Amino acid sequence: MDAGPPGQERSSEPRVRLGERVLRDGRLAVYRHPLIVRLWHWLNALCLFVLLVSGLQILNAHPALYWGSSSDFTNPWLHFGGGDSPPFPSWITLPPWQDLAAGRHWHLFFAWIFAASGLTYAIYAIASRRVRRELCPRRGELRHLGRSFADHLRLKFPEGEAARHYNPLQKLSYLVVIFGLLPLMVLTGLTMSPAMDARFHFLPLMFGGRQSARTVHFLTACTIAAFFVIHLLALLAAGPIREMRAILTGWFVIGRRKGES
Amino acid sequence: MARTPRPVVPLASRRGWLARGLAAAGSLALSGCAQISNSDRVSSILDWETTWTKLAQRLVLSRRAIAPQYSENDISKEPRSNGTTDPDTDAYNALAANGFKDWRLQVGGLVERPMSLSLDDIRRLPSRSQITRHDCVEGWSYVAQWKGARLAALLAAAGLKPSARYIVFYCADTLEITLDGTGQYYESIDLVDAMRPQTILAYEMNGQTLPIPYGAPLRLRLPLQLGYKMAKYIMRIDAVESFRDISRGHGGFWEDRGYAWYAGI
Repeated sequence: MDAGPPGQERSSEPRVRLGERVLRDGRLAVYRHPLIVRLWHWLNALCLFVLLVSGLQILNAHPALYWGSSSDFTNPWLHFGGGDSPPFPSWITLPPWQDLAAGRHWHLFFAWIFAASGLTYAIYAIASRRVRRELCPRRGELRHLGRSFADHLRLKFPEGEAARHYNPLQKLSYLVVIFGLLPLMVLTGLTMSPAMDARFHFLPLMFGGRQSARTVHFLTACTIAAFFVIHLLALLAAGPIREMRAILTGWFVIGRRKGES
Repeated sequence: MARTPRPVVPLASRRGWLARGLAAAGSLALSGCAQISNSDRVSSILDWETTWTKLAQRLVLSRRAIAPQYSENDISKEPRSNGTTDPDTDAYNALAANGFKDWRLQVGGLVERPMSLSLDDIRRLPSRSQITRHDCVEGWSYVAQWKGARLAALLAAAGLKPSARYIVFYCADTLEITLDGTGQYYESIDLVDAMRPQTILAYEMNGQTLPIPYGAPLRLRLPLQLGYKMAKYIMRIDAVESFRDISRGHGGFWEDRGYAWYAGI
């Protein structure tokens, strides 16, 4: 091994901290995701999947979207499909055949689990200061957002010491999804409930009417689905085995193998 | 004692297991959803959702809660009627032909004073006019003005017996042709919803006599729930202790076909 100049490459090699394990190949295993985060991640993934496919089942019952309080049936803002057959095919709806009643039971059952587990995670993440430590970008970090974005496009991900923490783009996207999009799904969902509107009159006002809330609910679901696709692509690009091991066991492997320059 | 050799699983076989496992997982993902959602056990677990929802909404809603009320400018130019748009039976057509002058609402079941009321009798009851939203379970909404007798006033006049827990509405329309008559539309609500200030038996819509597609001569308006709870073409109102022995036993036409009895969301 060459000593090499004390450049950036060397200084970014991770140093072992308490509770971390050096693997036989010289890399470092860092405990990155506590159990509650891993549990919530997978439970939330299951919920989002069921909510998406049962949500499309519900949308099949009236595949048109509007803005405002009521439906302008002759001029919907968006209309799916043309004929009488449901626009969303059976392979992407739950149940696969058309059944609004069952779709609603699936949707609301998992909506409860989604909301309850999300709230539990949020309380944990805020109370344990995980949000501040891991998710909130540090001062000055946002200035590197452009570079972080460009690096992502070139599929270049931080290595070494920098890989201990989420990069600025990761932090920002997780924050937006967890504390923006997911609560927005709950709020727009509740706004569609006539009983909830009777209790919280501000709900329909907040979104400009029940039909607007329904449209925002759909658009937000699309945004979350898009996040999921990018999330998966990032997983594939950054090393699927390493990333899956991290979110399954909590241990994230950083650094270089012995002998790698 | 003969020692049984410890089974050694060769790598090839392990791969076989893996392949078979993956194949099984794949076919599970494809056909699993269909099987899962067809299972009675699963659907009875999914039904818990309606219990949680009712509990939670009843917990946060006061008995005097009011659904949002809109201004005249918000009234939809094109409302929509769903389900039956005309019962079209000989009996109903005869009633409609002379403006429902011979129509009578029967009020019975667990009440002190069973009644038979004409439309004029109902118009004389304490009334309420409201511009509220109609939310269909399919997802669409419209806003309209409704005027009608307060259900609480009618029930007070009839005098509920202490054992009465639900109010059942029997309708003139048959939505599905069945041999045993379970295709007849009916609905039920409990006393909390029956006594709400906005719960009315509407005979007027947008300033006019309630039109036939919207349930003439009398329909329920309960704007805290979804459209299918709001029975149209009401012929009879019964106070009951339980709806288990009515029709297929789930408390309403759509409830008998899988929909939630509590339709607050």
